[in-house]
Amino acid sequence: MTPADLENNPKGIRVDLQLIADMIEPGTRVLDAGCGNGMLLDYLWRFKQVDARGIEISTQGVQACVSSGLSVVQGDVETDLKDYPDGAFDYVILSQTLQAMHEPREVLEQMMRIGKRAIVSLPNFGYWRLRLYMMFKGRMPVSENLPYEWYNTPNIHFCTIRDFVALTQEMNLTIERSLFLDEEGSSKTIGNSVAVANWFGEQGVFLLRK
Amino acid sequence: MSADEAAVNAEWTLPGHRVCLAQDEPLRLDSGVELHDVHVAYQTWGQLNAEKSNAILVCHALTGDQYAVENHPVTGKSGWWQQVIGPGKVIDTDRYFVICSNILGGCMGTTGPSDINPDTGKEWALDFPVITIGDMVRTQKLLIDHLGIESLFAVVGGSMGGMQVLEWACQYPENVFAAVPIATAARHSAQNIAFNEVGRQSIMSDPDWCGGDYHAQGKRPHRGLAVARMAAHITYLSETALTRKFGRNLQDRDAVTYGFDADFQVESYLRHQGSTFVDRFDANAYLYITRAMDYFDVAQRHDGHLAHAFKNTPVRFLVMSFTSDWLYPTRENRDIVHALNAGAANVSFVEIESDKGHDAFLLDEPEFHKVFEGFLEGCAEHRGLKRKEP
Repeated sequence: MTPADLENNPKGIRVDLQLIADMIEPGTRVLDAGCGNGMLLDYLWRFKQVDARGIEISTQGVQACVSSGLSVVQGDVETDLKDYPDGAFDYVILSQTLQAMHEPREVLEQMMRIGKRAIVSLPNFGYWRLRLYMMFKGRMPVSENLPYEWYNTPNIHFCTIRDFVALTQEMNLTIERSLFLDEEGSSKTIGNSVAVANWFGEQGVFLLRK
Repeated sequence: MSADEAAVNAEWTLPGHRVCLAQDEPLRLDSGVELHDVHVAYQTWGQLNAEKSNAILVCHALTGDQYAVENHPVTGKSGWWQQVIGPGKVIDTDRYFVICSNILGGCMGTTGPSDINPDTGKEWALDFPVITIGDMVRTQKLLIDHLGIESLFAVVGGSMGGMQVLEWACQYPENVFAAVPIATAARHSAQNIAFNEVGRQSIMSDPDWCGGDYHAQGKRPHRGLAVARMAAHITYLSETALTRKFGRNLQDRDAVTYGFDADFQVESYLRHQGSTFVDRFDANAYLYITRAMDYFDVAQRHDGHLAHAFKNTPVRFLVMSFTSDWLYPTRENRDIVHALNAGAANVSFVEIESDKGHDAFLLDEPEFHKVFEGFLEGCAEHRGLKRKEP
């Protein structure tokens, strides 16, 4: 699907992107770090009147974004967040990308510096199917959600929902909202039930502030 | 038109528009000199809409001019951005009103060193004041005011044209909706200054240059200007492009001659580039314009911080660079992007994959055109211009 298709099907974005979009107040300033082909940015601009910006490393992604009228800079999230001033955005989004960063903690720190809030979504390595896969097959899991072999995956820093919550505590961040997505793609609040989310969540989505 | 202006324009034989500006109030240059009765030659395409909200100013590069679309009146060659500007093209003249003026210091109708100094009645030559990119832009602003356009929908340009775009965004942020600097830099690097100096020295060491007074003495420093063009032309290409085009192929012969004829095709090509250039360009204009580029440094005027130049700018930017451009490499374009980000500007940036070197912005590069067109389309939507008819 291209961003243009959204006009006809406004609710047609990926379910995890929809959860992120629902966390964002209309009319705010948003940076989507690793925005891909700009689907979320396009949605935010059209339906939430957001001043939307993006960073994307792939030429193809940036071209798709700019050609459809979005403001996107070709660059590497890991090195380029430092170019933005403190508090430049209301929200900085990192969707399904933290696990591909060399220095995930540093990236999260930069996000909290340049944004009043950060929204992070990540695949949960603690999901029960992945645990069973490891236990019975003794090999790194390959699934629809994680389609790479260990030697060609861009994902180099996998974590679980529990690991991520621990990191936010270590960094003294407040989790304002947290959700997990189960295998049917329906979302549930994590809240205090981290253990449940860590078993049954395929993905976690977190709204953070300092 | 005043009698004086009619007299000056009577000697002007090139096609297109030409106006006399800065008549009541002089144009104050960065050097402190004041110029009055500044002539500006320009071309337009498309129609200005009733709201005057669809005007795009196209800024030309060092050796370009206002003939961006139609065939050049001197050389007969096609316009330098014929691929980009036109009905249904990237800069769609069915939608936008497009303006391109010859820069201050140029030699195609806008006041420059080969014109007559109104105070002395003689040709300016080296008495012409040294100009800057800022001065060029202030002259363009006079033209835009003259055309009754308060706010430009976009200012676009590559290379030195890109410098003018940056200058527009710095000097007149409230009068520019979108800015597209292409394959450019916010300051001239030492390497760029060095190449320009080679060109200037080449011109000035031609005995026919006559200390800049060649017109009065009935001479033209063709050889010096041709060599300047040859050296510059190499910087516009890439190693890959040169190799693909010429390699080490010999020109009209089977073996080298053990002499200094143009044995190689690449030599013959450069000689041709140099000799055709002198037909349409003025040597002193080349000196003044390259100097303006060398002096260009946006950050310097803002305590050395480029970001300060763009702080809280309302302008929407699209910066584009080409992978094989070594004259204005991606690194320097990215510096602009970083500064814009630090100034919280609305900026897009794309590095276009191309092996054609700096000249890629003048050539048929589909990806470049696609992004460019898409950006303008997006801006048109934000500006409230009507969508393109399907």
